[in-house]
Amino acid sequence: MSTITAEELSATTLLRFATAGSVDDGKSTLVGRLLHDSKSVLTDQLEAVERVSASRGQEGPDLALLTDGLRAEREQGITIDVAYRYFATTRRRFILADTPGHVQYTRNMVTGASTAELTVILVDARNGVVEQTRRHAAIAALLRVPHVVLAVNKMDLVAYEEQVFARIAEEFTAYASELGVPEITAIPISALVGDNVVEPSANMDWYGGPTVLEHLETVPVSHDLAHCHARLPVQYVIRPQTAEHPDYRGYAGQIAAGTFRVGDSVTVLPSGRTTKVTGIDLLGKPVDSAHTPQSVTLLLADDIDISRGDLLVPSKDAPATTQDIEATVCHVADQPLTVGHRVLLKHGTRTVKAIVKDIPSRLTLDDLSLHPHPGQLVANDIGRVKVRTAEALPVDSYADSRRTGSFILIDPADGTTLTAGMVGESFASPEPVKDEAEDDGWDF
Amino acid sequence: MTTTVAAVSGETGTPYTLSHLDALESEAVHIFREVAGEFERPVILFSGGKDSIVMLHLALKAFAPAAVPFSLLHVDTGHNFPEVLEYRDRTVARHGLRLHVASVQDYIDRGVLRERPDGTRNPLQTVPLTERIQAEKFDAVFGGGRRDEEKARAKERVFSLRDEFSQWDPRRQRPELWNLYNGRHAPGEHVRVFPLSNWTELDVWQYIAREGIDLPEIYFAHEREVFQRAGMWLTAGEWGGPKDGETVEKRLVRYRTVGDMSCTGAVDSDATTLDAVITEIAASRLTERGATRADDKMSEAAMEDRKREGYF
Repeated sequence: MSTITAEELSATTLLRFATAGSVDDGKSTLVGRLLHDSKSVLTDQLEAVERVSASRGQEGPDLALLTDGLRAEREQGITIDVAYRYFATTRRRFILADTPGHVQYTRNMVTGASTAELTVILVDARNGVVEQTRRHAAIAALLRVPHVVLAVNKMDLVAYEEQVFARIAEEFTAYASELGVPEITAIPISALVGDNVVEPSANMDWYGGPTVLEHLETVPVSHDLAHCHARLPVQYVIRPQTAEHPDYRGYAGQIAAGTFRVGDSVTVLPSGRTTKVTGIDLLGKPVDSAHTPQSVTLLLADDIDISRGDLLVPSKDAPATTQDIEATVCHVADQPLTVGHRVLLKHGTRTVKAIVKDIPSRLTLDDLSLHPHPGQLVANDIGRVKVRTAEALPVDSYADSRRTGSFILIDPADGTTLTAGMVGESFASPEPVKDEAEDDGWDF
Repeated sequence: MTTTVAAVSGETGTPYTLSHLDALESEAVHIFREVAGEFERPVILFSGGKDSIVMLHLALKAFAPAAVPFSLLHVDTGHNFPEVLEYRDRTVARHGLRLHVASVQDYIDRGVLRERPDGTRNPLQTVPLTERIQAEKFDAVFGGGRRDEEKARAKERVFSLRDEFSQWDPRRQRPELWNLYNGRHAPGEHVRVFPLSNWTELDVWQYIAREGIDLPEIYFAHEREVFQRAGMWLTAGEWGGPKDGETVEKRLVRYRTVGDMSCTGAVDSDATTLDAVITEIAASRLTERGATRADDKMSEAAMEDRKREGYF
């Protein structure tokens, strides 16, 4: 009965992924099926679901009850907020950000996708690619989620026809590729019956690819360091000032991108001072090199002024610093964001005052058309924003680094998280990108 | 404890992929350092249970070779396992930490809280906890809560803002984007911080084995006088069990969670080592709380309701 035996516990990589789909696409059923068929639902959880389902007069256990954790969600039968699920197979551990599919919860999909390495987008085989599918693909592209899975669900309701699947897969792949989604895997499934979710389907001989779970287990999660600029936002300065360590002064942080090595010449931003790495402590143990996403402490040759909020970078690969940031943003708060709004901007470990100088455009996700100068962004809006900061910040393009190319805007009055920001160009368009509000291409 | 289990951390696809335990450890350390950098008076909730023990271990690593820049807070229900209190005091002394104790018994003695008819004191922890937070002006409170424990906890943020009444409003949570945690709060408010949010029970045990972390003995199989109530083996004691009709017997048991004695059940087990415990948990078909926590079974939304009031 066991999911994993002690001998199989050596499978230790971790994949963070998110799901997206409309209410009726069967997302809850897919998540329930993944958890259930991978034997990640334990007896007492299933019993609780069966008990509640029976008390409501439902015939079988409603697997959606496994994922709807709040009283209001159970009462209304809808998913309101992102929930995180954990399951494991012999090959990998998974963290699933289970995000609601409603249009008005775009911000929740953005939340889930911000940490995901893969997104599963569900479509109903009977309906094919619809506006909501395009919206989900656009968000995955904006957030630069490295892998996208198109799960064509309810294949049982279209007689498991290869042509139906092929047409949808082709249409979606063309659309998503144009947005710059780097890797797309289309899988025909029936979440209700269990076809190609965990077990390969006996009903679709024509499909030779992986099941959803098989793909989740094997998709690469390694960080491509060749293209990463090394970045360490300084979180905290460690100074024991004890008899044993009278002079220890370490700069602690989680490496946001790339690799640091002992001997590297590094520059402190925004001050621009340069020094050398003389030691790296990996949680108390000295190492020669460390890479993202390790939490480390760097020891430097010179006693220069460095504090929380500074960014350590290789001297030969330092980003420019700027007080004028242009970004694609998703507005996540109920109160609108307006031109002239005074906010706080958190980038890495630094929080600075900022002012919204301009909102050049708002994106309509349905058709990717642009509304020039909307004046404000309301909850769930995605748009372009120009922000002026009180101090110069070393920002990367989000395309280069999801960690040092992202920021949040905070309301200084009540601390509300207002807006999620991604610096630089929005979609990874294969075409050269023009920065004109009237342009109806992928840049906006 | 020595680490002999097959919880290998180095087995990875490429040299640049972290093992799942290393990834979880790195994330938790990042969270501890964010709080140290942004808050004035953080405190770690410490019960002597495995999750808080792992939290403290992570905090020790995060600031090494310097001391942990936080004090500890124990909400003492008055129904403690003696081995756990002994472990708590030993740990505090060993690391030169400062311990605050908020006592449920004090509140009952003063007539501020009333003993429940069922004798369960877990729900009574909320008032001493929140009042101590206010009195000490703690602005960040680390809890060992994990999202895999319970469905209301699955909705919990890593940084969870609590109002001046320490209340949690699940519908008004701040979206949490990338690893940009927002700890802004007004005076009187505080933030609950959950560095183990993304850990599962098995992760915790594997990490304990890998790091060779010492635990209270009640986590390992031992002979104990217990009696059965509502399908759970409870330890006989001064807190009020057994009642009439409940008979005490000696069984080989261990605990999966450490909480108030009145509502924390033991499980039959012969696992005397970390390896054996991990094998047992991997094979278990019951969740940790489902197997051993009476207080979560009170209603479908028991945890959500307690969290709204300020429980951790």
